Amino acid sequence: MNNKTRTAWLFLAPMLVVLLLVAVWPLGRTIWFSFTDANINNLEASKFIGLENYFGEFGLFANPNNTDGFFAGDWGISILNTLKFSIVSVTLETLLGLAVAMLLNQEFKGRTLVRTAVLVPWAIPTIVSAKMWGWMLHDQFGVINQWLVDLGWIAEKIAWTAQPEYAMWTVVAVDVWKTTPFMALLILAALQTLPKDCYEAAQVDGVHPLRVFWKVTLPLIKPALMVAMIFRLLDALRVFDLIYVLTSNNNTTISMSGFVRREMIDNGYMGYGSAASTALFLIIGLCTVLAIKASRMKLGDD
Amino acid sequence: MKTPLLGRIALYAAATVLVLVSVFPFLYALATSFKTGASLFDSSLLPSSVSWRNYSSLFTLAEQPFGRHILNSVMVSIVVVTLSLFLGISAAYALGRITFKGRGLLLTAILGVSMFPQVAVLAGMFELIRFLGLYNKALGLVLPYMIFTLPFTVWVLTTFMKQLPKELEEAAIMDGCSPWRIIKDVFMPLLWPALVSTGLLAFIAAWNEFLFALTFVLDNNERTVPVSISLISGASKYEIPWGNIMAASVLVTLPLLALVLAFQKKIVSGLTAGAVKG
Repeated sequence: MNNKTRTAWLFLAPMLVVLLLVAVWPLGRTIWFSFTDANINNLEASKFIGLENYFGEFGLFANPNNTDGFFAGDWGISILNTLKFSIVSVTLETLLGLAVAMLLNQEFKGRTLVRTAVLVPWAIPTIVSAKMWGWMLHDQFGVINQWLVDLGWIAEKIAWTAQPEYAMWTVVAVDVWKTTPFMALLILAALQTLPKDCYEAAQVDGVHPLRVFWKVTLPLIKPALMVAMIFRLLDALRVFDLIYVLTSNNNTTISMSGFVRREMIDNGYMGYGSAASTALFLIIGLCTVLAIKASRMKLGDD
Repeated sequence: MKTPLLGRIALYAAATVLVLVSVFPFLYALATSFKTGASLFDSSLLPSSVSWRNYSSLFTLAEQPFGRHILNSVMVSIVVVTLSLFLGISAAYALGRITFKGRGLLLTAILGVSMFPQVAVLAGMFELIRFLGLYNKALGLVLPYMIFTLPFTVWVLTTFMKQLPKELEEAAIMDGCSPWRIIKDVFMPLLWPALVSTGLLAFIAAWNEFLFALTFVLDNNERTVPVSISLISGASKYEIPWGNIMAASVLVTLPLLALVLAFQKKIVSGLTAGAVKG
């Protein structure tokens, strides 16, 4: 090992030790717990039970009590909820983010003000935005119900966060409100690196703006767009706090992270909860690999 | 460039809607926080009379020591930022300025850590925190928070570190400076903007974190503000004190808003450096 390499590892060591301690070790222990019957009240007494938590009688993937099929059980519901939430919210955030970024890329008076205002939802903590919207969407005193009734769009006030048919879409809407700015800013950064002469040439030739968007803008910002989408998707797949606070984590909207925490901490089934979290980890890992493959994004450098 | 009048009108209309949708919920929360009693339940934006009672009562409740919670959050966030910046800059020096085998792989692995779900470590972290005697202690949260602040800090600082010209350290090496002095005296002054933006983002992430804070701290004196807000409740299940909740929300959000708006350019550059690397 030459001198330079030794220096490099010396300077990396503190960071690596911390990451090993806070990420790699707990991850390994969690995977180990998923093969045991550990209970939160007595971790020492846990014993190895193999794949029982996954495929055993009450396991995640083979519970015979789910007579209505896998997706009728809480675990199945949480998987469906998470996928529904992630796909819909990321799609909407990308489309709206693109629109907002295009708008902010135009020259107009007060653009700085608009750009600042757009940052506000992003700057508000998730818990606070969940509470704020929970209040605005309140079934009796919420301002949104009041408006909709005044406008005559709905006859009766709706319990947006409690009624099963609305709850998930309410969560999606609040997430879109909060996270679109993030998408818009990333897309805007990409838009601002585009060469101006292309657009001037297109304008001189009288190409329709929509055509310019499809043929020039979109292909050029696609790499940045893909990266932003992947980041958002990974973030959305582990959603917990928004759902937990906005809809009180009830069964109709519970996410996979919510399910894991409920089983592990509230019910104390450390082993079973660990199996669920390991499954979530694998699903997210798989999504990452697929997304990276699909976008042919280059990680690392050189 | 001359756009037709109709286009201009559409542009300004869209911009107005965008601004209203973005800021209205916060303004409404602000308005609610000044309302008390029956006026809470009329949905007007301007409160008929301004009352500070929602704010003052936050700090006098024995079962909900909100002032203490703010201090806890400030303390945890500052420790997290300091530690991640210190570890991050030292690692970024190695990753950004020295070529060695396995560097690309290491960067990818670090990025991988920032992508995995927090619940994937929950059981192991629970055991670790109990083992270290940090259960129920606000400062114990520093440990799990490193999972998401550290990879991000390393990644962004490495990106910035790489962009600095090579000649900088060559002169310093010629003069016989140690690597640590090179970092401190040559790179630190140039990296200020990057340090500010990553530091701010780490602060925001730590300030807002909910899952770990909810799970590892049950003692009411040791809680951080997001959990505190989620737990504010009234005398009974049916009397949710919305005025207090909104007052607490405003208090927690204002410093963050001030930071984000004051440093918006830096934050955006940090975000894009972290994410746009396709």
